[in-house]
Amino acid sequence: MRILRAATVTATVTALAAVAAGCGGGSGFGGGGSDDSPRSLTYWASNQGPNVEADKKILGPELKKFERRTGIKVKLEVIPWPELLNRILAATTSGQGPDVLNIGNTWSASLQATGALLSWDRKNFAAIGGRDRFLAPALDATGAAGKDPAAVPLYSLAYALYYNKRMFQEAGISKPPATWDELVADGKRIAKDGKWGLGAEGGQLTNNIHQAFALGKQHGADFFDAAGKPSFTSDGAVAAVKQYIDFMAKDKIIAPGNAEYGQNQSLRDFATGRTAMVLWQAAATTFSADGMKPGDWGVAPVPVPSGTPGTGRQINSMLAGINIAVFKNTRNLRGAQKFVRFMTSDAEQRLLNKAYGSIPPVKAAQRDPAFDRKDTKVLRETLTQSAAPLPQIAEESQFETSVGTAIKDLFADAAAGHPVTTASVKARLAKAQQQMAQ
Amino acid sequence: MRGRARLRRVGLPYLLLLPALLLELLVHLVPMVIGIVMSFKELTQLHIAHWGAAPWKALGNYRVTVDFDAPAGATLLHSFVVTCAFSVLTVGLCWLLGTAAAIFLQENFRGRGLLRAVFLTPYALPVYAAVITWAFLFQRDNGLVNHVLHDQLGLTGDRPFWLLGDNSFVALLVVSVWKTWPFAFLVVMAALQSIPKDLYEAAALDGAGLIRQIRRITLPSLRPINQVLLLVLFLWSFNDFNTPYVLFGKAAPEAADLLSIHIYQSSFVTWNFGTGSAMSVLLLLFLLVVTAGYLLATSRGRKSADA
Repeated sequence: MRILRAATVTATVTALAAVAAGCGGGSGFGGGGSDDSPRSLTYWASNQGPNVEADKKILGPELKKFERRTGIKVKLEVIPWPELLNRILAATTSGQGPDVLNIGNTWSASLQATGALLSWDRKNFAAIGGRDRFLAPALDATGAAGKDPAAVPLYSLAYALYYNKRMFQEAGISKPPATWDELVADGKRIAKDGKWGLGAEGGQLTNNIHQAFALGKQHGADFFDAAGKPSFTSDGAVAAVKQYIDFMAKDKIIAPGNAEYGQNQSLRDFATGRTAMVLWQAAATTFSADGMKPGDWGVAPVPVPSGTPGTGRQINSMLAGINIAVFKNTRNLRGAQKFVRFMTSDAEQRLLNKAYGSIPPVKAAQRDPAFDRKDTKVLRETLTQSAAPLPQIAEESQFETSVGTAIKDLFADAAAGHPVTTASVKARLAKAQQQMAQ
Repeated sequence: MRGRARLRRVGLPYLLLLPALLLELLVHLVPMVIGIVMSFKELTQLHIAHWGAAPWKALGNYRVTVDFDAPAGATLLHSFVVTCAFSVLTVGLCWLLGTAAAIFLQENFRGRGLLRAVFLTPYALPVYAAVITWAFLFQRDNGLVNHVLHDQLGLTGDRPFWLLGDNSFVALLVVSVWKTWPFAFLVVMAALQSIPKDLYEAAALDGAGLIRQIRRITLPSLRPINQVLLLVLFLWSFNDFNTPYVLFGKAAPEAADLLSIHIYQSSFVTWNFGTGSAMSVLLLLFLLVVTAGYLLATSRGRKSADA
């Protein structure tokens, strides 16, 4: 009797598992989209404003405008950043996703590899006004090189150097640093009596990667070779990471406590006058929220080794931004394209990027006085002249995790007073590279 | 006729159980089985859109996982050792604190109700809110912990980091014990109510002191409760994900790299769900073996004690 019962249970479980495995696998993305439900769209927006409610307030009237023009009702869901990638992965797995969605531009190649997103070939681009309307570097961050983009640029951002004018004045410094040597010299003049030169988010993997990537470009290093294989231990990559850590370890212009920062505490330190400089993307709204007045801080391009920012070794920022993508199995393909066309139209680009403090990746929309103020001008010029996208490879998120963690650990070493040498940096990066090979 | 009656008699309980059983299958077993199936597949971002059709990898994921000479296996082994130490210490401390507090609060005194309520607060707080508060307390420059230890008591020469390096293990342990011990307290307190007062009175008449009473009466009476309590505490702390995740974020320091967060990193963060599943299955097997061994050992011990 007992054996019989056990056998029944086993059989049931096996049968269920077989059913589950068999009917799983999503509804399939092979067949492409259709126009079965032309009257509605679902849109997943990333959280660009101070909070989700603010985003709904900004996007709401625009979606109404779209509905009036096309008769398509857009169902909006604003998704906070910590959840967004998991939600997209779940949607990819189940095949039950939105029609249109925002993605971080560094995810483009990874999500492209899943095959769940519509490719923007010549025909699809023509439906939204052509490829040439967009800034070339922003287009580089929409998927792997040599493939049709998996998304279209929506909001763009770059890094800038924010500095506290009063602290600079008190230290007798008249202008922001343009080279790293100047930055270190200025930082040393400021770093005393509980004040520090530069802020860092040592515990935030993504931020670590962004800084190391730009410094790497200046040392002539990419973290991946032409074949897409990791090359974290090249001399240039090691020198770039060491330079960043040395701001704390050797130059002592970053407070040791920054090694554990991971929730934007460095911005708070800046706003409260504890540190004089931070390297950040569009931090103005946060500073204002922390009680600074717009005249209290200045904005300058991120320093370079020498000369002025440009291309090649003069790159001084990663190209940050948000792309808009269409799920391949949408049931309103034409509507989705219309919506992307609407969101990337000159008028909407001006309006939305102004509201979010970002820079439009659409060239025509950049010619607006709002993108020519002192802070937005620096961001816009960096974006158009001296920013490069992170490696567009499917393993991008492994890269962020492994190298970002290596930098976090190195900061921890530096903060604990352990020596940081070329050899120790190389050892950490070698370990990160081994993890990539899993 | 008799056969049908018998069938009805035997079948009824099963019929009544059926809805629960089906839901149980749906909620627990099916995801588990799918997880096991996934662990034999090569499930990276290239295949998740058609995960049913992802290529089979046989034991490939497991081979990577248990190859302790390669980085993946070595870090998993390290993480396993850390988790074992963490669980044993958490269970031990939670039990000790919980039992001690429960025994002391058996005495009738003014303010007992208030103390009981206060002791239970950590258990009632939402995990995220509680742990993020601890993360602020443990901050090096502005945290309360360093303010007390360094600024006021002068115990440390330099401000130590609590969320980086080796100290992170201590920080994690403190938060975990703080969060879990009220459960032990609650359970032991409930169990103490059922011990007859006469036993203590008789023991007191015979001249047994407090320590002797605890050793000879209280602890033996708590035995069946402790058996379950220790097991539950162990399983909880071994699988704890929320505490390290909220405390350290995506990348925990090596000293506090618990298995659950390690597995999360190996699957969600690096998009390699096959390897993550293989690690999860190994974790499940380990916990099954431990649980079975524990139950076998303790129930056999009890039977011989009862006899």
